[in-house]
Amino acid sequence: MIKLDAKIPEGPLAEKWSRHKRSVKLVNPANKAKLDIILVGTGLTGSAAASSLGELGYNVKAFCFQDSPRRAHSVAAQGGINAAKNYRNDGDSVYRLFYDIIKGGDFRAREANVYRAAEVSNQTIDQLVANGVPFAREYSGYLDNRSFGGVQVSRTFYAKGQTGQQCLLGAYSGLNRQITAGKVTMYPRRDMLDIVIIDGKARGIITRNLVTGEIERHSGHAVVLATGGYGTIYYLSTLALGSNVSAAWAAHKKGALFANPSFIQIHPTSLPQLNDYQCKLTLMSESLRNDGRIWVPKIKGDKRQPNDIPEEDRDYYLERRYPAFGNLVPRDVASRAAKERCDAGFGVGKTGLSVYLDFKDAIKKQGKKAIENKYGNLFEMYHKISGDNPYEVPMRIYPAGHYTMGGLWVDYNLMTTVEGLYAIGEANFSDHGANRLGAGSLMQCSGEGYFILPITIGDYLAGQIKTPRISTDHPEFEVAEKAARDKIKKLMAVNGKQTPTTFHRRLGKIMWDYCGMVRNEEGLKKAAVLVKELEEEFWKDVKVVDTELELNQELEKAGRVADFFGIAKLMIQDALSRKESCGAHFREESQTPDGEAKRIDSEYAYVAAWEYAGDDKPQILHREDLKFENVELKERSYK
Amino acid sequence: MNITLEIWRQKNARSKGKFVTYKLDGVSEEMSFLEMLDYFNKTIVEKGGEPVAFEYDCREGICGCCGLHINGYAHGGAHETTTCELRMTKFKDGDKITIEPWRSRAFPVIKDLIVDRSAFDKILRAGGFITANAGAAPDANAIPIRKVDADEAFDSAVCVGCGACVAACKNSSAMLFVSAKISQFAFLPQGRVEAVQRVQKMVARMDELGFGNCTNTGACEARCPKGIKLTNIARMNREFIGAKLGSQIVRH
Repeated sequence: MIKLDAKIPEGPLAEKWSRHKRSVKLVNPANKAKLDIILVGTGLTGSAAASSLGELGYNVKAFCFQDSPRRAHSVAAQGGINAAKNYRNDGDSVYRLFYDIIKGGDFRAREANVYRAAEVSNQTIDQLVANGVPFAREYSGYLDNRSFGGVQVSRTFYAKGQTGQQCLLGAYSGLNRQITAGKVTMYPRRDMLDIVIIDGKARGIITRNLVTGEIERHSGHAVVLATGGYGTIYYLSTLALGSNVSAAWAAHKKGALFANPSFIQIHPTSLPQLNDYQCKLTLMSESLRNDGRIWVPKIKGDKRQPNDIPEEDRDYYLERRYPAFGNLVPRDVASRAAKERCDAGFGVGKTGLSVYLDFKDAIKKQGKKAIENKYGNLFEMYHKISGDNPYEVPMRIYPAGHYTMGGLWVDYNLMTTVEGLYAIGEANFSDHGANRLGAGSLMQCSGEGYFILPITIGDYLAGQIKTPRISTDHPEFEVAEKAARDKIKKLMAVNGKQTPTTFHRRLGKIMWDYCGMVRNEEGLKKAAVLVKELEEEFWKDVKVVDTELELNQELEKAGRVADFFGIAKLMIQDALSRKESCGAHFREESQTPDGEAKRIDSEYAYVAAWEYAGDDKPQILHREDLKFENVELKERSYK
Repeated sequence: MNITLEIWRQKNARSKGKFVTYKLDGVSEEMSFLEMLDYFNKTIVEKGGEPVAFEYDCREGICGCCGLHINGYAHGGAHETTTCELRMTKFKDGDKITIEPWRSRAFPVIKDLIVDRSAFDKILRAGGFITANAGAAPDANAIPIRKVDADEAFDSAVCVGCGACVAACKNSSAMLFVSAKISQFAFLPQGRVEAVQRVQKMVARMDELGFGNCTNTGACEARCPKGIKLTNIARMNREFIGAKLGSQIVRH
């Protein structure tokens, strides 16, 4: 029987982390050199962790599926990274940052974790600057900040629209230094296929070398997953095409509980789907809503060109519904409102699945030059992809799957329910509750990688110093390797007619329609049936090209899609069980008379952590009740 | 539209490759170039053939994975555009499109259109970092950096490591890539401390890995999807000479 213990330290909120740091066990330097850590995923959080752990003297084996850690999808974060530096003297503080994240997450995150994330944010900025990250500066030479994501202070550090790229490259340079120093061994082009557990402890992984096709065994005293999110469940999303759930799913099947799987953020400003060949939805920065006005025609199916539609025939629906915040309502609210209009038949474009984001008034008021200075690169990107010039005609946008707040359940030490198995960054569930605020992801990822995991993992490893290097000849490695090989053989043996991508696209459509922006019991139950049917069809009709011992992209995709079926079923189960609306999770049955989300704190102020019970069995729910000792639960209103 | 594709097929690093010609019907001009290749692969797989291997991930021009030689030009030759940002509107019915992997001895072919660019990682590991352990950093605002310097550092730092500069260069020179990283750190006070060792180590590693020299044709700059400037190479040369002479040349 699994008993959830978040291991939150005693003491006042602001002192928990420093008290905890004082009390965790330490590993002496000579012993660190005898301990091996496996780290899967080398995006921002993984690279940061690898460099910090290497600096401390552990032996790190780091794995990624890309050809280089620099390619990880952290690279695509645009807007910025938050820190509570209060360089603007605008009243910001660690507490305010903490409060904004808790509230933005609709009170479904753990107070202690969030406070710690806010606390280490300041150190993180120091570290990134020391690593040579060229953040934007003022003429004084000091760092510039901007306001982001609907908060009232300017706490976002940024490097033009490429903050994620620059942060990742900074962490990657630190990782490179440890590779040169011999403390980190890098294994690129590897897919993690399974976790090896010996006597209840995570002791290794099974990987596939994506170039040679060889199945490999790697052992360590602890395993860290930094494998990102699974927004690609919708097929069309803002994520990189390679982003996947497989490593986290393998951990889940081996006993790591999966928390809040249905909490996926839908970003409101992405390019719409234009055709059936499209492979992804490119994100347009949220900052565009500072000056752009969102509207649809008042007349259903109005076929006129946008510039021919007069003011009186336009419905600026966000300004109409939310006069106080207008076009600047949070992501979840803006996304649902766009869907509502399109579903009601007012959407624009060939598919009717997009809304206008219009800069006409901003250009008239501020001049074209001013708009170009603010959004030039975004306008150019939009022009390149859509062929439309946004200086002359309104942009067309639509919401897209983006970030997964859900992930592997972890305690305060970032350890999953499997001893010695950790999850950091987007792969865990810890900090963002039911909705993530802008510029919060880079903050969490770098903080956990540089400063939190390297300390908390010592507490566990201190007890492992008498364990000699784990042999990969152990029978548990045999079993795991055989299971991995069997799965590959099974995929190839189907020899059907449809490509893995075809199935992924179809699965994505089901999830988008029934477990996307708006959910209801009937739809979710229908989706459960459809996903099950599609999964059965997959195992009867998928076509995987039979070149096992070589680079085989179709096999990689097939393995990932097979795991997406698992998480899809769990998402649906989770969404069904949470009969309230909160953050990104909107249950139609739970709304206020005027159509806004209705949270039910008396029944659902918990983390839903799911235990795997077998492929075709419903999973078992474990509740971690959330205790709010420092903040008062309030309704979010943007009217 | 209907097009003809001439694609480099190579089973693996050990075997010999060749061009194979394919007809492809039903291409929509709404596709991106890589979506056209996705569509092409789907038709091959459904007929029981082996799809063309090519590299991609973000599909929005920032990860640096994709990189194809298209009709003789790295990334297809459009201004500051990665292969994934290229659209089929650039082509017309009846076109023949030749697609090759990057051509450089330092980037051996792994399969079809995928090459091994790990040489870039190796150069960065020689010195493309600042030795600052986590926890040791002073407050981020302790060292002011002139805005012009921070902006210049940023402009050099936006390199995505795609390798188009090497592919476009007749000498397979990696000077644009290496100089961009050296410039980024040269502009920052945090990076100056190790500047003398950095430039020497990185240049030495670059030479060992089989990249050619620079003869100032400017092909790298012209094909760089991120607009990295040739002046980075001049700066690297200056840093290098200064380091070799045993003194750091004043920068401004």
